[in-house]
Amino acid sequence: MAVPQAARRFDVEDSKHRCVRFRKRILEISQTVTALHIGGSFSCLEMLDTIYFGLMRRDGPSPDTFILSKGHGSMAQYVVLEELGILSRADLALYSKPGGRIATHPDYGTPGIEASTGSLGHGLGMALGMALADKVAGIDRHVYVVMSDGEMQEGSVWEAMMLAPSLKLTNLIAFLDLNDFQSLGQTSKILPNFYPVRDKVTAFGWEAAEVNGHDAQAVYQAVQARKGSVPFLLIGRTVKGKGVSYMEHVPMWHYRSPSPEEYQRALQELDGGELR
Amino acid sequence: MRDAFARALYQFAKQDPRIFIIVADISPAGSMAQFRTEFPERFVNVGVAEQSMIGMCAGLAMRGCRPFAYTIATFSIYRPFEYVRDDLCYQNLPVTVVGIGGGVAYSTLGGTHHAQEDIAMMSALPNMSIVAPCDPRETEAAVGACVRHGGPVYLRLGKAGEPDLTANALEPFQFGKLRLLKEGSDVCLLSYGPMTALAFEVAARLEAEGCSVAVMTCPTLKPLDTEGLVRVLRRFHTVVVVEEHSERGGLAVQVKALAWESGASCRLETFSLKDAFIHFFGTQRQMWGEHGLTADAIYTRIRA
Repeated sequence: MAVPQAARRFDVEDSKHRCVRFRKRILEISQTVTALHIGGSFSCLEMLDTIYFGLMRRDGPSPDTFILSKGHGSMAQYVVLEELGILSRADLALYSKPGGRIATHPDYGTPGIEASTGSLGHGLGMALGMALADKVAGIDRHVYVVMSDGEMQEGSVWEAMMLAPSLKLTNLIAFLDLNDFQSLGQTSKILPNFYPVRDKVTAFGWEAAEVNGHDAQAVYQAVQARKGSVPFLLIGRTVKGKGVSYMEHVPMWHYRSPSPEEYQRALQELDGGELR
Repeated sequence: MRDAFARALYQFAKQDPRIFIIVADISPAGSMAQFRTEFPERFVNVGVAEQSMIGMCAGLAMRGCRPFAYTIATFSIYRPFEYVRDDLCYQNLPVTVVGIGGGVAYSTLGGTHHAQEDIAMMSALPNMSIVAPCDPRETEAAVGACVRHGGPVYLRLGKAGEPDLTANALEPFQFGKLRLLKEGSDVCLLSYGPMTALAFEVAARLEAEGCSVAVMTCPTLKPLDTEGLVRVLRRFHTVVVVEEHSERGGLAVQVKALAWESGASCRLETFSLKDAFIHFFGTQRQMWGEHGLTADAIYTRIRA
């Protein structure tokens, strides 16, 4: 089956610049709240950028759908939606504040948010329903879902993983933000049998590819190169807290905001050049 | 009732391409065959995977479909409770979750298959509506209400073989309204679901003694017809609630609360399932009896 080409050219250099800007914007907002899940937002940023700016068809009568199933990474989605003009600067200024309309987890009904997530293990099931409706109606549209490795420990994810290929939902493209961390520590130590993920996913009937999740070019190419005869999972190996040295691989940055001094240090690092 | 449900859903699905049925490996096989044959793409068996059943229904509804999730009541709402809450109620989506075997209908299958707290649980969820028809005919009308309703509904059904109780009903089924099945002036017996049959039996015994007894159903447990209930509490000198649900959080306690709030002066007697897991196996009637719910017991207390 031929995979439709993306609606636009995906410029990887532009993506790199955007992701630096996104990180700085998330850091800026972090100074207005005590916590905002910064680590998991930074780990999935390149994948979200690639989806929104490279893969998704965002206009026309049946635009593609994006669900951030790892809802705690919402800051990554909010800054993308701000860049696209779907959320405003004022919306982000009121993040988690009275009178605002965005907060820790994506809320259905907010512009650009197509499902309420935050409780892990819900996004893929809802995506299956959307993809099934489109398939039955003969609508050419893709549903993109981003999950976390901690999330994949939920039984509901594996229910949906088993079901999607049975329903031949080739219009479903999922992403795994494999940053090897969950709230209380390193996934590979807490649940070593979670690995290798790719074998399990393909055993469930999915097509899967594994790349460096911070390499937008690799993410983009892996999705574009899929055969597309079954649902597809892109496993992105990522770094929690990616881009700020003192945050990388440190569980504390799952949630908390940097102090003013830490904030300045993070900005300097991001200004200092490309991501390592 | 499950056959009536399947027949009604098929009739609506013929006219309305938005209707899907997503089952978790439980389905009224014979009566659903026509739906499966004619609309195979709108009948999906997700396997024994209730969380995915509910999640998928949410996704379908987000695309404008009108999905029905279907399995045994304990599995349709207890197992995937958080999916019902977050995916359906929090997002306020038009999905009907059908629970077969509400109450203790699966009377030989043990407590794992008894939904005796389901109305309490679903009542506590914002945006959720609850419909519990009393017989096959009321089930068919209820399916139409579910298709038309704009939010989540828990459709609590019995099983199979329920008698027709509404052929001579004095009022039609209306979503959100009490329904007068039999007129009377002294006592009002108020019930819902298959246990309404018991209310009719008690009514017959009381009428044989010259008492005038009305029988009403309350097929919509949420939103409750509070105005209708207050009128009932004012009109009759004795109001009796008979329900196949735990004494915690069902219709009985809600009627008691309304009686207090409305300053009712009638006599109010309620009969519910016990707040207990009863390790008993027998017919559904016998199971009701183990919970103290027999026509004799109800009659005796009303006459006391």
